[in-house]
Amino acid sequence: MNVNKENDHSISIENAVVSYREDVALRGISIRVNRGEFVGVIGPNGAGKTTLLTIINGMGTLLHGQIHVLGYNLASGNGLSLRKKVGYVAQAQNIDPRMPMNVREVAIIGRYGRLGLFRRPKKHDWEIVDAALDLVGMTHLAKRPIGHLSGGEQQRVAIARCLAQEPEIFLLDEPTASLDWKAQTEILELVKRIHEERHLTTLFVTHDLDALPHTCDRVVLMKDGLIIADGAPDKLISTESLSNLYDMPLSAVEERQPHMHRRKS
Amino acid sequence: MDYSIFGYQFMQNAILSAFLGGIACSTIGVFVVLMHMPFIGVCMSHAAFAGALLGLWLGFDPTIGAFLFSLGAAAVVGPLADRGELNPETSVGVIFSLMLGLAFLFMGLMPGAKSGALELLWGSILTNTQSDIIILGIVAALVIIIILLFYKEMQATIFQRDMARAVGVPATLMLYSILFMTGATITASFSSIGGLLIFSLILNPAAAAYQLTYNMKRMFLFSAAFGVISCWIGLLFSYLFNIPSGATIVVTSSLIFLIAVAFSPKRKVKQWRQRAITEETNE
Repeated sequence: MNVNKENDHSISIENAVVSYREDVALRGISIRVNRGEFVGVIGPNGAGKTTLLTIINGMGTLLHGQIHVLGYNLASGNGLSLRKKVGYVAQAQNIDPRMPMNVREVAIIGRYGRLGLFRRPKKHDWEIVDAALDLVGMTHLAKRPIGHLSGGEQQRVAIARCLAQEPEIFLLDEPTASLDWKAQTEILELVKRIHEERHLTTLFVTHDLDALPHTCDRVVLMKDGLIIADGAPDKLISTESLSNLYDMPLSAVEERQPHMHRRKS
Repeated sequence: MDYSIFGYQFMQNAILSAFLGGIACSTIGVFVVLMHMPFIGVCMSHAAFAGALLGLWLGFDPTIGAFLFSLGAAAVVGPLADRGELNPETSVGVIFSLMLGLAFLFMGLMPGAKSGALELLWGSILTNTQSDIIILGIVAALVIIIILLFYKEMQATIFQRDMARAVGVPATLMLYSILFMTGATITASFSSIGGLLIFSLILNPAAAAYQLTYNMKRMFLFSAAFGVISCWIGLLFSYLFNIPSGATIVVTSSLIFLIAVAFSPKRKVKQWRQRAITEETNE
């Protein structure tokens, strides 16, 4: 394991290739993310966005290329120790409404990786969890069975679980997908606030183009396992680039454009 | 009622076997219920049955055959369930029917009387020997110790395996430990409860406990208590009416499940949700 503290890149990926069976999910992508940066990742389904996140938290394995995350060289499959420092929030999951666990018990799972085997959570760990639940506004539901919460509330708990982990990198994989509009905007605001308060390096995969200019410093456009553009959101979310990204005629993108930039004017 | 029966060694063995088997099976059942893998359990218990019959046919210890076959089934089904690639129910269905087919094939190939085979099918807790009890005791203790040692990891794995993995919990190892414990439990309780019936002793007490509590620790305790009660009451009826103990145990555990469903507070999940909304608006 190579630990290089002087490197200011939180994440550095060189020519990463990942393949599942016959499918090539990433076809050689390179990207560097600085500490504290907020990067939005967009692209059509199957572009490799989720795969990009899974190689950053050490869950996916590279066929080819190099990846350094927080100074760890991930080529040698040492993901487990890294994962403890990388928070990951996935899409809203179907949680069994009768699951015998309450909100607080779910949030403390975020501490389990750091605690390691054979050690039980102490008072200190519960305090971190309670502070995280407070930050996401879920304190009043802390003793509720997790399955009784709405999708938006469950995502807030997932974010609290992530914060309880005290991560250095925050990965969000369409956290607002399948939520209603109100829950979507609330989760977005929450994510933005957390980034501003804690300066976590954040990668945010989303289909919500509307929200990007307001939240991200930088946008990465992915298609067919490649990064096709990378830069400031104002420049990249243009008619041409979206038409190219989603294989839509320019006129079709333009029709939708006023809606997208409505909030900017 | 004549209580002198409890003075006999075989009855004491049976009561102890029922206690240990009830605890081991119904504790494992909590995983089976919460991880939504009843079919995997069915598959493993029938594989154990086929393995035991193979042992009986070829003349080696049926216990070893049962253990190897149920672990073999777990080794095939586990990765499917873990990756969630194929529809596990389909592949499990294929393995399940194969195992049942093999079981009857071995039974057919077996020369002579089939009474030993039928005993494996229905179980006979009253003929349990000292060594059966020792194996049951070791397995029950092992299951409890593993759960106590890895409780938080198991809880995270039960809740969401992918998420557990993402926070650095060795979820795959936990899943396979659970499958291994399931195989060991099925094998150890096999001769008491019987190959066709053992799965209901795994599922029913846990399913009943699942109806009654929102606390996972309590669910483990309730399930173990229901398992032991099912076994003891079943044993009593088996003795009183002279019917196979495996069958009475399974019927008792099913009745406990039905009672739990009838009194379940979880049938009112909707009311709970309603309450959540009104509480929030009151704030």
